[in-house]
Amino acid sequence: ANSSLRMFSTERINRVLIANRGEIALRVMRTAKKLGIETIAVYSDADVNSMHTKYADRAYRIGEASPLKSYLKMEKIIEVAKESGAQAIHPGYGFLSENATFADMCKDAGVTFMGPPSQAIRDMGMKNAAKKIMINAKVPVIPGYNGSNQETDFLFEEAKKIGFPVMIKAVFGGGGKGMRIAWNEQEFIEKLESARSESAKAFGNSDMILEKFVERPRHVEVQVFGDTHGNYVYLWERDCSLQRRHQKIIEEAPAPGLDMHTRQRFGKNAVDAARAVGYVGAGTVEFIMDKHGNEFFMEMNTRLQVEHPITEAITGVDLVEWQFKVAQGEKLPLSQEEIPLRGHAIETRIYAEDTEAGFMPTAGRLEHLEFPKNARVDTGVEEGDYVTVHYDPMIAKIITIGSDRNNAIWLMDKALQQTHIGGLCNNIKFVRSCLTHKEFVAGNVYTDFIADHEQELLKTKTPPTKEALIEAAIGRLLLSSFNNVTSKGPFHASDYFRLNHHAKETIKLEENKVEASIIDNENLLLKLNGERLEIAVKDVQRVDDTLYPAVTFTVESQGKRWKSKAIQLPDSIMIYGTEERKWDIPQETVFDDASAAEAGLEARSPMPGVIDKVLVAAGDAVRTGQSLVVMTAMKMEYVIKAPFDCVIKSISCIPGKNVAKNAILVKFDKEV
Amino acid sequence: QPNWISIRLHHVSSNTIITKWPVIKTQIEDSTENYKTNDHEMRNIVGDLRSKIDKIVQGGEEAARALHVKRGKLLARDRVETLIDPGTSFLEFSQFAGYQVYENEEVPAGGIITGIGVVSGRQCVIVANDATVKGGTYYPVTVKKHLRAQEIARQNNLPCIYLVDSGGANLPRQADIFADSNHFGRIFYNQATMSGMGIPQIAVVMGSCTAGGAYVPAMADQAIIVRKNGTIFLGGPPLVKAATGEEISAEDLGGADVHCSISGVTDYYALSDEHALSMARNAVAGLADNHLADLSSYPVEEPLYPAEELYGIVGTNLKKTFDIREVIARFVDGSRFDEFKQKYGETLVTGFARLYGQKVGIIGNNGVLFSESAMKGAHFIELCCQRKIPLIFLQNITGFMVGREAEAGGIAKHGAKMVTAVACANVPKITLIIGGSYGAGNYGMCGRAYSPRFLFMWPNARISVMGGEQAANVLAQVQRDRRKREGREWTEVEEQKLKQPVEQRNYTSEISALAHRISGENIAKETIVQALTSETFYERPDVVEESSGAQPSLEETIVSTESNVELVEQG
Repeated sequence: ANSSLRMFSTERINRVLIANRGEIALRVMRTAKKLGIETIAVYSDADVNSMHTKYADRAYRIGEASPLKSYLKMEKIIEVAKESGAQAIHPGYGFLSENATFADMCKDAGVTFMGPPSQAIRDMGMKNAAKKIMINAKVPVIPGYNGSNQETDFLFEEAKKIGFPVMIKAVFGGGGKGMRIAWNEQEFIEKLESARSESAKAFGNSDMILEKFVERPRHVEVQVFGDTHGNYVYLWERDCSLQRRHQKIIEEAPAPGLDMHTRQRFGKNAVDAARAVGYVGAGTVEFIMDKHGNEFFMEMNTRLQVEHPITEAITGVDLVEWQFKVAQGEKLPLSQEEIPLRGHAIETRIYAEDTEAGFMPTAGRLEHLEFPKNARVDTGVEEGDYVTVHYDPMIAKIITIGSDRNNAIWLMDKALQQTHIGGLCNNIKFVRSCLTHKEFVAGNVYTDFIADHEQELLKTKTPPTKEALIEAAIGRLLLSSFNNVTSKGPFHASDYFRLNHHAKETIKLEENKVEASIIDNENLLLKLNGERLEIAVKDVQRVDDTLYPAVTFTVESQGKRWKSKAIQLPDSIMIYGTEERKWDIPQETVFDDASAAEAGLEARSPMPGVIDKVLVAAGDAVRTGQSLVVMTAMKMEYVIKAPFDCVIKSISCIPGKNVAKNAILVKFDKEV
Repeated sequence: QPNWISIRLHHVSSNTIITKWPVIKTQIEDSTENYKTNDHEMRNIVGDLRSKIDKIVQGGEEAARALHVKRGKLLARDRVETLIDPGTSFLEFSQFAGYQVYENEEVPAGGIITGIGVVSGRQCVIVANDATVKGGTYYPVTVKKHLRAQEIARQNNLPCIYLVDSGGANLPRQADIFADSNHFGRIFYNQATMSGMGIPQIAVVMGSCTAGGAYVPAMADQAIIVRKNGTIFLGGPPLVKAATGEEISAEDLGGADVHCSISGVTDYYALSDEHALSMARNAVAGLADNHLADLSSYPVEEPLYPAEELYGIVGTNLKKTFDIREVIARFVDGSRFDEFKQKYGETLVTGFARLYGQKVGIIGNNGVLFSESAMKGAHFIELCCQRKIPLIFLQNITGFMVGREAEAGGIAKHGAKMVTAVACANVPKITLIIGGSYGAGNYGMCGRAYSPRFLFMWPNARISVMGGEQAANVLAQVQRDRRKREGREWTEVEEQKLKQPVEQRNYTSEISALAHRISGENIAKETIVQALTSETFYERPDVVEESSGAQPSLEETIVSTESNVELVEQG
């Protein structure tokens, strides 16, 4: 009895440490809680008040904000696991999830690593080794070079052999990091160096592999699962073709336009690939699919994917639950025949980024956050949280499932309309324009979709419509009197009472001016662009529990009636009504005497980040386009270049220090 | 009912139990002919009033306004709008000041805007010169309006904010504004004494403050000045040149730089009107808290019946009667009214109600005042004084009852009791004149002479010693008696000839809401009192017809006919 009890206690996981942060940490914890497993979080200094820290049953500080000093500190995490008595570590995705050394360290420490055996990680992590194994397992692969000779000249020769365009990928890479495409011989060296530096920073290794770049390809990946008893299943495929800069934006399951025969062939190839490395747990086999429907093995992601919820949506399986079961040595709950395929699911990733400024990641506070109620939302942030420069700028994943693809698309569009993010630039408008693009709706997806349709998709900045002006004007009026302490009596009531006449307000909305004449509590006259409009405002309600003043209201104008929401952010007003629009309006007029800066005579940081290198010194003469400063932000590298031929007047930044957005980095003397 | 008000009600706690005072049941039917006529006529004169106000709120001549704006200055009303908290109320005083007072000179709003507004959450009296009206110079009516605003501030303990932009006294009229007790000097006297009482005085110099005007910022507790536009000096550049030969610009003589950096006359240096007004808001935010100003947190109920119906209930024909309770039902919280002495002295309605949660005592006329009504009124006023409950008077009064019976019953003595109670009442009094206000009824019901804190008048309402018809009857009677004594004949034609113009002229001499002085023909300036009237009003058919339902006077009851003769002579 004693020994069986021991057996049980070693196999059954009743306390798990999640070595991750953000939405995936919360995702894992939710299933853990469902299964009655105690959750242990780890957090960096930047995540003291993050949701995952607060949601866990217990949380341990593991270091400073930089991932290298916290979420990547393997010894520290294992130490916490032992101290807290966790029997297992779930690595989530990213960070240590595909780190074989860490998997080994877990094993040595007697803690279950909730991922595949370290050897499988190694096999799949080394792209060149993986490819050989796949060739042996008769899984189709793509031509390329993956070898130990990493000399630049040699790689250049190999690239020429493969033929351009050539993709350069970090051996340890993933998620688009450390990956470049060289379109021709001229730019190969530059791209190689850039990929190497990014890879070194992200993964501590700069070895590269090269391969033929397939044009107009589709990215189709298969979710596989293996247990410790040698069973394997596939849970259908996902199409993740909609990407920009190799970051997935929209994923869907199943892949559109595939017949059941092809679908099963994909699945079988994927299972073969997993079996070839003795895979255990959740994994994803990525294929590249050419125009003719042929698949080539790309790589295997030996972890739970960001986009796993769409597979869950169409199969009804809780993949994290399966991970726990497999980690406890149980058999897979379902056989291949028992795995259903129901409906069509779509996931969109909402990022803090400025789509109009070339998808530049942004950092800052989520001043306002409201998520849709008719969709699955996986997020690790709440209103008032910060998107920091230290981690991935993803705010949330929105998942919808429909009876068919079109249904899922429209549900998603509606859900995104109800996703309100104030205070940070985000890609919602852009994602919606992709989602509703006629080619996307028709199912014509491929990885260059965004690049090919960029002109249309990026037309997110349109002049305000009449309705937009009306709702913004009303929102502004309502918000301007939001803080009146109206319980103090009739003088303080927000009814704009004027004796024998009406209050008139000129509402400035950026370059637009709206004249309002307020008649009574509900009615006002607006004059905009020479047109006089009678407006009724109804159902005015404060939104509770928001960080900043927010009201919802109904507008009636010219026989039209619609609902709208307005939020007063520090220097802008967000309107979510007939459209989502941000109006830059300073809340308190600032009266500043300061003389205007000598515009143009300085280089400013395009985003918040950390200065990496300063390549010039005061007094240097530089030429147009010459690199001045290298900064790292959002795990990406940015090079600040000279805008014209000039002499450096002074340097205003220090390597290793953080800089805010728009901070002056370098001052120039006048053009020479 | 969710609307903009719902934001207001958001903060009102609903936990308190509302007093279940009885609700007034309305008897009004809006389908009656009488209602429709009243509604139509009242809307007409309210429309007339509004159109006049629309003109007045524009301020000075268009050219003057254009020049004002070109100098980078905000118009006076825009300054007020910018100063007060967005969305809050602005209770303007004396809108018709200067209306048709100075022959051909239009002085919209008397060249000065005054009122109570909420600044940084605090109710303040705002006094803003309108420089587009004759350069913001002080006419007699401007002085009067300025002083009245200060009086309101003093009575109600409200901080004063002066937005100064004035060329000082209107020199051609200096005799009427300079030296008397309620003339220009009183402004500074008030500033000093109010400041002494702890009522904050804040001045914002947004234009000229010349000569006497210089004392407004100088005597204020805190003063703000706008760079380039604001100037303060005892003598302007022309005067300096004449006096000492020194040539100097206005800015160098008394601009913001001089007064903020050298003289220390002003305390804050603003770059623009907007900047100055935001500084004024900051200054108010820094005042000591005044907890007395906050109303009780008693829940507010909206009246049950729409205020709009007052048009159909009251109407413009002062001879038609209506039940004052219908009016009360349309402004008190929940239309709840706890009536006092309902069955005694029924021509005066008294009782308790709540207005925005605040307990008030209401006294309203429902006919002529008899001895009983007067005693009831005195009783109720004393009751409210004992309990420190503010009083609201609703005037629609033809006067005290006359005649042998009334006099014998001691109406003079009983009326005096009520007048005494009103005069001595030590609670805030507010008077609304909603119909006729004739004779001693004006006194007993807290007319201006009895210092109500506020006096509101509806556009249908009239104030006079007596109605035109009675005046004509009295005069005809005097003439008839004289002829009789002299043994001469007095014909019906002669009587009509006498009466008709008297009725007409008496009416034109009555005080209406648009009037701040008597404006009858051939009136000497000395008789100008706080009233006037307008053509549009007295040309209306209903008012030309006849004027009031007051009781005709009998010769014996007239103590002195001399005054009436004088009145007639003066028109």
